[in-house]
Amino acid sequence: MADLVQSTDNSHLPVAIIHRAPNFKFSSSWATDIFTPIEPSDPLYPTHRPSARVIIVMALTPLKSEHLDLYPSVECVIGTTAGVDHIDLAECRRRNIRVTSAGDAFSEDGADYAVGLLIDVLRRFSAADRYVRAGLWPVKGDYPLGSKLGGKRVGIIGLGSIGTLVAKRLEPFGCTIAYSSRNRKSQLPYVFYSNVLDLATNSDTLIVCCSLTDKTHHIINSDVLTALGNRGIIVNIGRGGLVDEKELVKFLVEGKLGGAGLDVYENEPEVPKELFTMDNVVLSPHRAILTPEAFEGVREVMVGNLKAFFSNKPLLSEVNLSD
Amino acid sequence: MEPRGVLMTYPMSSYLQQQLDNRFNVFYLWNITNRVEFFNENSGSIRAVVGDTNVGANRELIDSLPALEIVSTFSVGLDKIDLEYCKKKGIKVTNTPDVLTDDVADLAIGLILATSRRICECDRYVKAGLWKKGDFRLTTKFSGKKVGIIGLGRIGTAIAKRAEAFNCTVSYYSRSQKPESKYNYFPSVVELASNSDILVVACALTEETRHIVNREVINALGPDGLLINIGRGPHVDERELVYALVEGRLGGAGLDVFENEPNVPEELFGLDNVVLVAHVGSATVETGKAMADLVVRNLEAHFSNKPLLTPVV
Repeated sequence: MADLVQSTDNSHLPVAIIHRAPNFKFSSSWATDIFTPIEPSDPLYPTHRPSARVIIVMALTPLKSEHLDLYPSVECVIGTTAGVDHIDLAECRRRNIRVTSAGDAFSEDGADYAVGLLIDVLRRFSAADRYVRAGLWPVKGDYPLGSKLGGKRVGIIGLGSIGTLVAKRLEPFGCTIAYSSRNRKSQLPYVFYSNVLDLATNSDTLIVCCSLTDKTHHIINSDVLTALGNRGIIVNIGRGGLVDEKELVKFLVEGKLGGAGLDVYENEPEVPKELFTMDNVVLSPHRAILTPEAFEGVREVMVGNLKAFFSNKPLLSEVNLSD
Repeated sequence: MEPRGVLMTYPMSSYLQQQLDNRFNVFYLWNITNRVEFFNENSGSIRAVVGDTNVGANRELIDSLPALEIVSTFSVGLDKIDLEYCKKKGIKVTNTPDVLTDDVADLAIGLILATSRRICECDRYVKAGLWKKGDFRLTTKFSGKKVGIIGLGRIGTAIAKRAEAFNCTVSYYSRSQKPESKYNYFPSVVELASNSDILVVACALTEETRHIVNREVINALGPDGLLINIGRGPHVDERELVYALVEGRLGGAGLDVFENEPNVPEELFGLDNVVLVAHVGSATVETGKAMADLVVRNLEAHFSNKPLLTPVV
């Protein structure tokens, strides 16, 4: 067991390395009875670096092989987000490092946001709000009609914790729910399609809720967009890499897709400028889960995972690295 | 056969205009420059008025049409129709209930999400090219919140059903308690507001419900509270609402209706905790068609002496 107590520090608590981007503000005041946070800028960093067993990754700070090389004793990476594609999972697996995520802490807010984006695109709220604020209602008359949510066929890509909550929320709106997922969930009443192309062919809207892996990169491609049809809507609250962004923009510009609600992009914070003038597109700066309750929830999950790790108990939200 | 003159009061739907035109002799009130002359020439043949939430059938219009038999409104709301006068004169009235319930309920939830999660503001922000990675601000969670609905009719019930799917606790105020309802009842709007995070106006506009959301109710809802109005502008004391929003006494508002449409208080334009849409409650292609079809079928039923489909009076 690594030596956790040093004569030069005042703490008997286990150490966790804080891995964060320079501009990410981090306060660990909530955890000072559980662990001692050590950052690269800390004077004690050189002492703890070789022996630290835990790394906490803040937000979407990339954790790559070269970072892992700095911590030969690390056994657990504590992620603080729902998606963990910024962490080199293959490397972690190779080094026998376990990884945790935010678990379900963000799921409700993510699902709420996906529904919010969908209603906004179909009913054109953001566009109408702009219209009213520009003083156009008295001048140009009634705002153009939107499209009804009820009766729409919604295809959910990824029926995990977020996707399941999206489905539950959309049911009373009169939407027909179908999904494509790694595994069929026979306990749920929705229609399953084994591939996204079939799902798209039978849907009016696709809501992307799955994690980004090598297998799901560009899962929304031009074939899928074509199958969805020129009145189809894409809502993406997963990761930018799940959608072939160039193709998406092309389809929207050419009127071959009905609209899109996007929270994530391939190269954030860059957003294709062609989308800026489109009333059938609603753009959000990766904020689907930013509520105080979500943050409180992820703190609880982090604390729970840290406590579990340091007391050799099962981790709460361990990521399955064998996928 | 008697000419069947129909007076359309407002360009509410081009599809409806077309359907009416195919069946009746239609006049367009908004195109008439000299009303006195027009009524002198044509009032004898006008047997029906098709109105909406902009222009309905008030006493003055009814008196100009001595041959009027039926008013068919392209709305479920009846606040622009002098119902008492219609009753007195034996004029039938139909509206368009049920077909628009889903759209309006969807709008209510959509406005809650757009306002609490600041979706429209996000869209403005990104499209203005302002996004720098890492900057964020927390928004207000919707799931699990306490939703208070004023009016538990068709629309209020549909809103409640949707809110439940978001794990919300639903309470309501109504003229009288509904014993078969599973939602919590409050005997006054102030009490409902005090016990809600989000207050939704979903009742009919009558003399009793004018300004049902007043300063006291707004203060009870408070600086973290959200007001959603999908009813009628006059349900809310708009001056008081604007003061409360500007002064921070109310957390935010999602508004589809205003006291003096299409005019919206300009003080609201600069606020980022409000969402303002242009009376789009039932404004979808699908529902617009369903409403128009219902108006036409009611008129056809009337003119062929069959039972009206959705009579009010």
